[in-house]
Amino acid sequence: MTGLRYVYAVCRPFGTPLQAQLTGVGGDPPRLMPHHDLVAVVSHVPEGEFGEEPLRANLEDLDWLTAVARAHQGVIDALTTVTTPLPLRLGTVFRDDSGVRTMIEAREESFTRTLDRLEGRVEWGVKVYVESEREPETPAEPAAKPASGRDYLRRRRMATKSQDDLWQRAETFATQLHESLSGSAEDSRLHAPQNPALSGAAGRNVLNAAYLVPRAGSEEFVEKVETTKDGIPGIRVELTGPWAAYSFAGEETAEKEGS
Amino acid sequence: MTVVERREIALVDLLDRLLAGGVVIKGDITLRIADVDLVRIDLNALISSVNAKVPSPFEDSP
Repeated sequence: MTGLRYVYAVCRPFGTPLQAQLTGVGGDPPRLMPHHDLVAVVSHVPEGEFGEEPLRANLEDLDWLTAVARAHQGVIDALTTVTTPLPLRLGTVFRDDSGVRTMIEAREESFTRTLDRLEGRVEWGVKVYVESEREPETPAEPAAKPASGRDYLRRRRMATKSQDDLWQRAETFATQLHESLSGSAEDSRLHAPQNPALSGAAGRNVLNAAYLVPRAGSEEFVEKVETTKDGIPGIRVELTGPWAAYSFAGEETAEKEGS
Repeated sequence: MTVVERREIALVDLLDRLLAGGVVIKGDITLRIADVDLVRIDLNALISSVNAKVPSPFEDSP
């Protein structure tokens, strides 16, 4: 079987073999392809599924995308236990081994630089949600009926005002949290807020950030996030990770040169 | 939407990283797929495919 080459990541050479039972994308166990001083992690995938046209169509098939995304993540996760991988974008496919080697040669210097920058680092994800449909709490007067129309309107106004206040507080909270966490991280990225239709999460996502943190500093970082969790009623903080440094794999970073 | 096991990584979190992160390699040696703009279109398509199961509030076609 020949097929196309799906590349998950580029790494520095590592001594430990990958888990034998690891199934990659399309069910093909990932293989290590050493070239120069780097290793590409590769699966052989069928052209009928991963060729340009079918891949384009398949990317819009949620079930297919889910399976590929989970398989890709599984391989990256396994790599994370033995080295610091530099993940490639999902769906990076080459015609043959020689295409993979050409790519490594062309980008060797940039890969090496990025691998150095990411060595020993992980990514943490932090999301802030505002629970917008929250009932205003008035525990002092439970189920008291409005005495008059004016009373009713006054309550409505207060409810609206409390929602506006919550948005205001959420914005301030998210900004402060991001500043504070950025101070404990080497780098940060803001992802677009998640669409609730896709995430199925309650409330509205107002912050969706990723932070690059040294492994050694992770415990402290996680604690910092945990302490904010009980902060404000109606605002929810979620932590994900540790991830391989997906969000920091690009060449352009926030690093300021020469300052 | 089905209830996702809490411990399992949420698909959206994964897609944030796999479709918006990672090294992008373009050029003649790759199939022309790993393209940021294309991925954005795909995500929109995805959102509408998910919404097709639940009527979308921002769909203006009949």
